[in-house]
Amino acid sequence: MDDLLDQYDLVLQAFWLTIQLSVLSGLCSLVLGTLLAAMRVGPVSVLRGVGTTYVTLVRNTPLLIIFVFIFVAAPNLGWFTDTAFLTLGVVTVSLYTSAFVCEAVRSGVNAVPLGQAEAARAIGLTFAQTMGSVVLPQAFRAVVPPLASVLIAMTKNTSIAAVFGLMELTGRMRYFSNNSADDTVIFLVFAALYIVLVELISAGAIVLERRWRAAR
Amino acid sequence: MTAAPSSTESVVTLEGVDKYFGDLHVLQGIDLRVRRGEVVVVIGPSGSGKSTLCRAINRLETIDGGSITLEGQPLPQEGKELARLRSDVGMVFQSFNLFAHKTVLENVTLGPIKVRRTKRADAEKRARELLDRVGVAHQAEKYPAQLSGGQQQRVAIARALAMEPKLMLFDEPTSALDPEMIKEVLDVMVDLARGGMTMIVVTHEMGFARTAADRVVFMSDGAIVEESTPDDFFTNPRSDRARDFLGKILKH
Repeated sequence: MDDLLDQYDLVLQAFWLTIQLSVLSGLCSLVLGTLLAAMRVGPVSVLRGVGTTYVTLVRNTPLLIIFVFIFVAAPNLGWFTDTAFLTLGVVTVSLYTSAFVCEAVRSGVNAVPLGQAEAARAIGLTFAQTMGSVVLPQAFRAVVPPLASVLIAMTKNTSIAAVFGLMELTGRMRYFSNNSADDTVIFLVFAALYIVLVELISAGAIVLERRWRAAR
Repeated sequence: MTAAPSSTESVVTLEGVDKYFGDLHVLQGIDLRVRRGEVVVVIGPSGSGKSTLCRAINRLETIDGGSITLEGQPLPQEGKELARLRSDVGMVFQSFNLFAHKTVLENVTLGPIKVRRTKRADAEKRARELLDRVGVAHQAEKYPAQLSGGQQQRVAIARALAMEPKLMLFDEPTSALDPEMIKEVLDVMVDLARGGMTMIVVTHEMGFARTAADRVVFMSDGAIVEESTPDDFFTNPRSDRARDFLGKILKH
């Protein structure tokens, strides 16, 4: 415990890095996942195929292997050779999480009654406008709880970045625990920091659910 | 009776339209012409293909044979061109299909703003006029779920009118409504018909057909069996199937 207090700036830096990883990956996953979902429910069969293949490949691969691919294999192939580790971490976590976001959003799209899209098309909206103005806004309202679960899992998944040298919370936890006899307290403190972060996501989800329940 | 159609120019022309659902031949060589200003009521037993016919005209259902033209233009494939064409055809659904996450006012302004690129202020002004015309102006800021079925359907009519359509399609607009709400919707439709709107109405409301229709089209088993004026059709149906149908629905 004394170690943590003496070097609290290292703890805060690690917390900040985990926040950056989570927020940036969260935003990228939401955008990419929503695009993938639109591809999978869209009228263009090639895009449907691309979306389905992406989800099948990425969702069925362990995150650790995707990390190895981006951090080790890709530089060997000449990609991402000069890229910052934070960026690589965000790319990896986003690629992985977007497959889950896609499926959550797609289940929301399927929950929107068909008549909504038909009415949108009947007033002359294009497919993109129908998705953007009518279907996706309603789909998101229906999938706040599962999306929150996806983002919570993602936040905890950022801990795998520790294996590749990112000194985020889990990386810093190992640093402290390797140099201390008092492991238990260290584990509890770092676990508590994850809980704080994850609870913020839960609270955000509750606020969104309340607001959107009122507006319909 | 309404005024005679103002022109002989055809707004919609269907020629030999065929449509299958699997093995079921739901539209069998349908020929139909609707002239500008004409009100055509399509009636027939359920499963006769009348809704499918209505939905095929703005290509919510694709057809397997024949042709459908709007003002001489064949319906294009799905895409921007079709979207533009659809924006000229108003559609009113049995289940209203108002956008659940948008207010009444936003429901009516969405099309003009997104499709016609109308300025928001102008679109809202026009929307309020239309909502006033269908009698729900004071509900403009509410969400669809807060309205009665009859009010929702009248908003849906205003939403379609906001696009200044050349043709309005009504797919059983009162079938999901309680009896006391049917009248308020039919009144709006009769008003539209009197105002010269070109309309194709699929309905079971014989009273509406009698007061507002220029022509009644009777469908059965995917085919048009009979076409005549409402007076002729109701007093002197020529086909057995029409007589049988009228006998069943007018008995009660």
